[in-house]
Amino acid sequence: MIPAIEVHQVHKHFGSTRALDGVDLQIGQGEFFGLLGPNGAGKTTLINLLAGLALPDQGRLAVLGHDVVRNYRDSRRLLGVVPQELVFDPFFTVREVLRLQAGYFGLRRNDDWIDEVMHHLDLSDKADSNMRRLSGGMKRRVLVAQALVHKPPVIVLDEPTAGVDVELRQSLWQFIRRLNRDGHTVLLTTHYLEEAETLCNRIAMLKLGKIVALDSTQNLLKSIAGCRVWLKLSGILPPVLLPQVVDQADEGYVLALQDYLSLETVLAALRGANITVQEMQLQQPDLETVFLQVVGRGRDA
Amino acid sequence: MLRHGFYALFYKELLRVWKVSFQTVLSPVLTSLLYLLIFSHVLEQHVEVYPGVRYTAFLIPGLVIMSVLQNAFANSSSSLIQSKITGNIVFVLLAPIAYGEFFAAYVLASVLRGIVVGAGVYLAALGFAQPPLLHPLWIAAFAVIGSAMLGTMGIIAGIWAEKFDQLAGFQNFIIVPLTFLSGVFYSIHSLPEFWQVLSHFNPFFYMIDGFRYGFFGVSDVSPWLSLGIAGGCLALLAGVTLALLKSGYKLRH
Repeated sequence: MIPAIEVHQVHKHFGSTRALDGVDLQIGQGEFFGLLGPNGAGKTTLINLLAGLALPDQGRLAVLGHDVVRNYRDSRRLLGVVPQELVFDPFFTVREVLRLQAGYFGLRRNDDWIDEVMHHLDLSDKADSNMRRLSGGMKRRVLVAQALVHKPPVIVLDEPTAGVDVELRQSLWQFIRRLNRDGHTVLLTTHYLEEAETLCNRIAMLKLGKIVALDSTQNLLKSIAGCRVWLKLSGILPPVLLPQVVDQADEGYVLALQDYLSLETVLAALRGANITVQEMQLQQPDLETVFLQVVGRGRDA
Repeated sequence: MLRHGFYALFYKELLRVWKVSFQTVLSPVLTSLLYLLIFSHVLEQHVEVYPGVRYTAFLIPGLVIMSVLQNAFANSSSSLIQSKITGNIVFVLLAPIAYGEFFAAYVLASVLRGIVVGAGVYLAALGFAQPPLLHPLWIAAFAVIGSAMLGTMGIIAGIWAEKFDQLAGFQNFIIVPLTFLSGVFYSIHSLPEFWQVLSHFNPFFYMIDGFRYGFFGVSDVSPWLSLGIAGGCLALLAGVTLALLKSGYKLRH
């Protein structure tokens, strides 16, 4: 099957900054794919290259097999992009904006779909309001609607929920999930790691223009993080457990565990040293931990 | 070949003009009428450019084509710079619209706005004086070529400028001098020789001279020469603009 998105050895620099430094990536049709990374990692640059908003210095990108430079008409028709910046055209109403956008993609009469999109994004009662009069959250919904007017098989969302209230986040994800179930491929960048964790089946992490992790969400959670336990003890930690310490916090120790079974080994070592556990907390692995491990601390997300 | 993306973009440009027509159509008509009122009042008794033609009548075609040119330029340049600064140009850039269609949509919208404003100025000016209409085809030809040329320059300026004051600079240092030093308010034969020679290097002079020929059947140079030079300039600028758009200059980084 042709991949929905194919990125082959892509380089892009702005002046002396290497925004993308040899990125390879394949996203299959029907995937819900997460692209994570700190600010400046190159996520938006990669999306801009896919969308034709920027041109690669080297390498090749394709959407459903259509090269984004040579066959830009086809690749753009297959791609729906929600830009990160909250941009809008102040001259028009919501419906006008959506009709114009559909027109740019060569669709003349698709008011039924426009109505459906507006309905799912709770925009119906704002259809005839001027863009200027909408709140930030509403404008964000229109951006999403604009990306979907031409029913693109591949949907790219560049931090669509930044600064958006919980209600919209819920309804937006419900709608995007439905589209994904119907076969649309989704590529998502987000700063909300729990969002990526629940939505994406596969994740790539970018750092300084390079992919530093690429795996299924499950594998990433399993392989890198393991689980952790926080212990408050009556005495000093026996030296045999020192290699497992990853952090010291709140007058206790955080120990990394392979799995829940190895908790027993830890407790046995404590009993052997005559130390009792005063408080204990098990910490589930989450993407945040993986992210921090892979990308390193000091991210400014 | 023009596809539906072109029509949608062209329609969007016209819709934009329509939504702010007070500022895009009515206000330039009013400005031109003020010129007409003042210049004709001051100069009517003193100047006769063509024998037997009242100065006010002489002035009208000049004011009309000046409005056509300035509004054609304003249309594409202000639309583009606004879209760039607010960021909504991204909606057009994301769409499968070829650079040729992009060019055609902005230029045609500029031509239309220029001609509508020009027609408005002409109709309003008829209340002051009635210049003859000897060769309407020449009038139409120069109005279309002139507005297309300025619409094209507006695209270049709109793409190049990153801030409103850069666009204003382009307008104040290039468009306005070329317009005012082209014989809108006078025949260049009334100028000192140095300025006469210089005027012949100004493509705007040919557009205005040819346009005026359509009214009076009299001109400083042959309308065919004017047509050739205006058409050549348009072709050259269109080529440059298409090359810029194709390369993604300042639009696709």
